[in-house]
Amino acid sequence: MSAHGITRAGLQAVNLPRRRVVNRVMQALSTLAAAIAVAALVIIVYAVAKRGAGALDLNLLTKDPANSFSFGPAVKEGLANAFVGSLILVGLATAMTLPIGLLVAIYLVEYAKPSIRAGVTLVLDVLNGVPAIVIGIFVYGLIVVGSGQSGWAGAFALACLMLPLLARSTMEVLLLVPSSLREASLGLGIPRWRTILSIVLPQTLGGVVTGTVLAVARVAGETAPLLFTSSLVGTKTSWDPFHALQSVPVAIFELSEQPDPAAHERAWAAALVLLLFILFSSLTARWFATRSRRKLTAAR
Amino acid sequence: MRFGDLSLQVVAGAAAAGTTILVGLIVWKVVDGALPSIRHYGLKFVWTNAWIPVTGHELYGAASFLFGTAVTSLIALALAAPLSLGIAIYLTELAPNFLRGPVTALIETLAAVPSVVIGLWGILVLGPVLRTDVEPKLHSAFGFIPLFGEPSSTGSSMFTAIIVLTFMILPIVSSITRELFLGVPHDQKEGALALGSTHWEMVHGVMFPYARGGIAAALILGLGRALGEAIAVTQVIGGVTGSSGIQWNLFATGDTLASKIAASYQGATTNLQISSLIYLGLILLVFSLFVNFLAQVIVRRVARKQGFGAARV
Repeated sequence: MSAHGITRAGLQAVNLPRRRVVNRVMQALSTLAAAIAVAALVIIVYAVAKRGAGALDLNLLTKDPANSFSFGPAVKEGLANAFVGSLILVGLATAMTLPIGLLVAIYLVEYAKPSIRAGVTLVLDVLNGVPAIVIGIFVYGLIVVGSGQSGWAGAFALACLMLPLLARSTMEVLLLVPSSLREASLGLGIPRWRTILSIVLPQTLGGVVTGTVLAVARVAGETAPLLFTSSLVGTKTSWDPFHALQSVPVAIFELSEQPDPAAHERAWAAALVLLLFILFSSLTARWFATRSRRKLTAAR
Repeated sequence: MRFGDLSLQVVAGAAAAGTTILVGLIVWKVVDGALPSIRHYGLKFVWTNAWIPVTGHELYGAASFLFGTAVTSLIALALAAPLSLGIAIYLTELAPNFLRGPVTALIETLAAVPSVVIGLWGILVLGPVLRTDVEPKLHSAFGFIPLFGEPSSTGSSMFTAIIVLTFMILPIVSSITRELFLGVPHDQKEGALALGSTHWEMVHGVMFPYARGGIAAALILGLGRALGEAIAVTQVIGGVTGSSGIQWNLFATGDTLASKIAASYQGATTNLQISSLIYLGLILLVFSLFVNFLAQVIVRRVARKQGFGAARV
């Protein structure tokens, strides 16, 4: 398959200057492409930091908005309801997903036949590609039509997005655990379930924590699944997941649709807090992942 | 079998089965919600170009949203594809060693930025810049092509959505392509160079053919992401105004399947309207299931053939 390019290169050997120019141009374009991607990130983060920092104060986290549709510039109001809501929604979603994600990964790596493992892994990957807005519609049909919007419905929608992420990342670390460890444990007469739960699983702790943090960082910024499931809210902070809860992404979305510049200011400030949380947690998790992966691979 | 062994296997197996059931449940619930509209319009819904929520004259169809989805995601993919290949070439072949790690991390960080934040930036920063600086220039240079018509009046346009989508699929496509390029055997690359190829000829003649299947899968995954993105697109695309939603002018406002659903979450009143919105979601679901299934099958075939770690994708 490589012959094609090389033969042609050989035929064109006479035209070396032109080939060198093409080479240079392509190298320059590739470098430019990388520069564009990095510039996009820098520009977005800088814009959020610059506009958000000006509007950021403690009231944002501690005070409720007086009115969901307008923000008086003189009155310092916050989005405490959104931050509390996000905390509860993401917390519940994590609590729902973590045990199930672990069990799915354990089944696929430790028990399943290769054909079943391949099939369910494919299902996980396809589930991961289902658009978040469709997950929102699904939970709307499943829960909201019957019992109305609630924090539980929103958390369940987020959990559907987290499940494939968590199960896949846990599978990856489980596969890294050396099989000699399992064999040693089984050889000592420890039953299989104890081997899996007390010998194999603790080895994956670092990887599971990393996977969980990355999944949390991902769903903490999700708006689409919450629009239909937990978005019709008042302006008071609520800790009760049996009612619809406001969340930071939905608040940013609604504020960005307002014509009022004061609303935009609040949106930037909330976006800055959200972005800082997500960037900090995903970068830490990545750093931690490289470290624990190195340790696991070294053990093998 | 011991009780403990049996229970762990059964509980874990139930969780895995539950995941599979969940996907079936998603399909079933979305079809179920769309049923009134499916009964009312049948397949005609797909090519009907109307969205009239007036009581007594209700008429709904997906044509303009399909058009918006196709235009925005395909053009975004066309922009992102060469950029992603360039990024992957830079990261595997050109970048000095001390830059590889940081630049890779930065580009992957772009994928972690929530879509609502990208959309906020898109509508308040990018849109106005495009409207005042970019669109008039494109219009005066290429105005004879219908795609580059009159510049938008607010900064909300399909064009803004395309740029935003491009940035959102870049990190996905480029990180998969980078891993594919890392898997190209060294002896093949060195062989090409030893035969006198220039660097680019080696990339073009050895790395591209080797990674071809994987690149196709990466592009399809990127397309799936662009099709399904609701929030950022809703924020910047402006929505369809007036009766005909199909405009070739990229600088006009538009709507995609996903953005129409997201934009209407509070406004829908009648049952027919709600179920027509869910019908849009069903079309989107069918597309994304097909696209993702196709991409994953290609990824697995490539992985088997070349020993490339499918788990990473």
